[in-house]
Amino acid sequence: MNFANLFKIALRALNTNKFRGFLTMLGIIIGVASVITMLAIGQGSKQSIREQISEMGSNMLMIHPGSMRMGGVRQDASTMQSLKIEDYNAIVQKSEYVAAVSPSVTSSGQVIYSSNNTPTTLYGVNQDYLEIRKYKVTDGDVFSDQDIRTFAKVCLIGKTVADNLFPDGESPLGKYIRFNKTPLKIIGVLEPKGYNSMGMDQDDLLIAPYTTVQKRVLAINYLQGIYASAVNEELSPKAVEEIEEILRFNHKIKEDGEDNFEVRSQEELTSMMTSTTDLMTLLLSCIAGISLLVGGIGIMNIMYVSVTERTREIGLRMSIGAKGKDILIQFLIEAVLLSFVGGIIGILLGVSVTFVVKFVAGWPVLIQPWSVLLSFAVCTLTGIFFGWYPARKAASLDPIEAIRYE
Amino acid sequence: MEKEIIKLVDIKRSFLVGNEVVKALRGVSFSVKAGEFVTIMGTSGSGKSTLLNILGCLDTPTSGEYYLDGIRTDSMSKDKRADIRNSKIGFIFQNYNLLPKTTAIENVELPLIYNPGIPARERRKKAIEALKLVGLGNRLDHKSNQMSGGQQQRVAIARALVNDPVILLADEATGNLDTRTSLEILALFQDLYKDGRTILFVTHNPEMSDFSSRTIALRDGKVISDTYNDKIKDAREELALLPGTDDGQER
Repeated sequence: MNFANLFKIALRALNTNKFRGFLTMLGIIIGVASVITMLAIGQGSKQSIREQISEMGSNMLMIHPGSMRMGGVRQDASTMQSLKIEDYNAIVQKSEYVAAVSPSVTSSGQVIYSSNNTPTTLYGVNQDYLEIRKYKVTDGDVFSDQDIRTFAKVCLIGKTVADNLFPDGESPLGKYIRFNKTPLKIIGVLEPKGYNSMGMDQDDLLIAPYTTVQKRVLAINYLQGIYASAVNEELSPKAVEEIEEILRFNHKIKEDGEDNFEVRSQEELTSMMTSTTDLMTLLLSCIAGISLLVGGIGIMNIMYVSVTERTREIGLRMSIGAKGKDILIQFLIEAVLLSFVGGIIGILLGVSVTFVVKFVAGWPVLIQPWSVLLSFAVCTLTGIFFGWYPARKAASLDPIEAIRYE
Repeated sequence: MEKEIIKLVDIKRSFLVGNEVVKALRGVSFSVKAGEFVTIMGTSGSGKSTLLNILGCLDTPTSGEYYLDGIRTDSMSKDKRADIRNSKIGFIFQNYNLLPKTTAIENVELPLIYNPGIPARERRKKAIEALKLVGLGNRLDHKSNQMSGGQQQRVAIARALVNDPVILLADEATGNLDTRTSLEILALFQDLYKDGRTILFVTHNPEMSDFSSRTIALRDGKVISDTYNDKIKDAREELALLPGTDDGQER
């Protein structure tokens, strides 16, 4: 008995009952379509959160001085002076997984231009910082290495600060502003980035060479932090390890000693932010999976009806030489075909609904190949699983009784 | 000496109904030679259906030996019996048992589908040949529900013939048909008999025995008579005697 023949027989049997077949498939169609749509919406919102986080700086790593005990009292981390420019240099020289590094010192204060003033934060960094945080300069230029060496009194200005200081729309380029009494010349305007996912205005800032901020504003010689970015997201944990190693070596920390610094990656933030959507995706997928199960039960039901209805046919087939196995496979193929075709239609429907959701409701969606494969595999397995019992019932019929069944 | 197609040796078959043992066959022995047209006759309860099931390898006897075409089948496994049914036996049923909404060709092809040795093209060729043999060469693509009872039974006979079986087993093959159509089907059986086919015709109708070469009568699970008929009635002549011959549908 060859498989192609049984396949034809099954196809013909389904063909004679098209509408019933379609209704049966509907359960699978709805199940598969909803699994795909739910996963697409879940993955989409996860993706969009990831993107928002990486907008803040892709693969960003933040190195801060860690809190330390001094005479049994744990000190505030921000008072520590453990990060030095030598640490920055060591990272630049030794690290393999780090693409960009920038020292960081910050100062908050009031910035003044003629009769306007506004509170803001001054970031003392190097040129790499713009790459790490994904800032772009629209007008003017970034400061140079020369500016860093000479503690040049220059700065880049964010949109919010510029709007507050120059309400009449005149160009800030070349203007001198004063930040906590330090005059700074504006040499560039930053492209607006808007608010980040945590509601912080990313345009409310000034950026100046870190040396300028260290010497002229804060009068310190240590670093408050170091920003870095990993070569890519996957290498981010490796970069963290690497930096920790370099810094431990630099700080001469013994093997069992406590770190006096802290390296953080965006990874933690991402996993925190996506955990809610993960849970929602899981819940929605469970509901969708249940509808797939119900669809499978529908198949089982209709296959039982079909076996009873076609008892005479089964008896005839057996009397002309069909073995139990042939009958089993025939009905199994029918059940699998129902779920298979239902699965394909379900995928098409699911993808269409996903696009409707994307363009009509404007939700972020992402269809991943594995979710399509998964729902397809599940529904085919459903067909086999729920087709098995009716098919076995058919195969175990007694031909003598079946042939005379009324 | 012709070959023995069927040889039954003391076939017994009993069923357990509730706590009671019902003896359907109480020791049946006979043999059928190639080319015989045998009517197996008996009222209901005589055990003829049980005998037919055993002859058709659908059932196995409780005791006794059954040789079909020289092969002992009474102790065969289910799957082996399915193969025997496929290659050696052609069944014809009272209610035709054609697949609904399926063309004559596809119905006739059915036994060949379960025979993996035959490719699709040859299947079709054989099916067409068999349909021509039963006089349905012009209705190859008619669906079973578009045909009359007589035509459906012809399709069923073609289906029984397509595997070139050693024996045709007909179970009340004319039971659902009117007199005229019955005679037409009987004429077809007689044609096949003349071609040298071995036919076993199971019926409760005593008139049928006039058309066959031998009659075995059963009662209470035993053979009560086994007679040879040398004056076989010609079904076609009987047909001509029927009144209103020219309002028939075909032939």
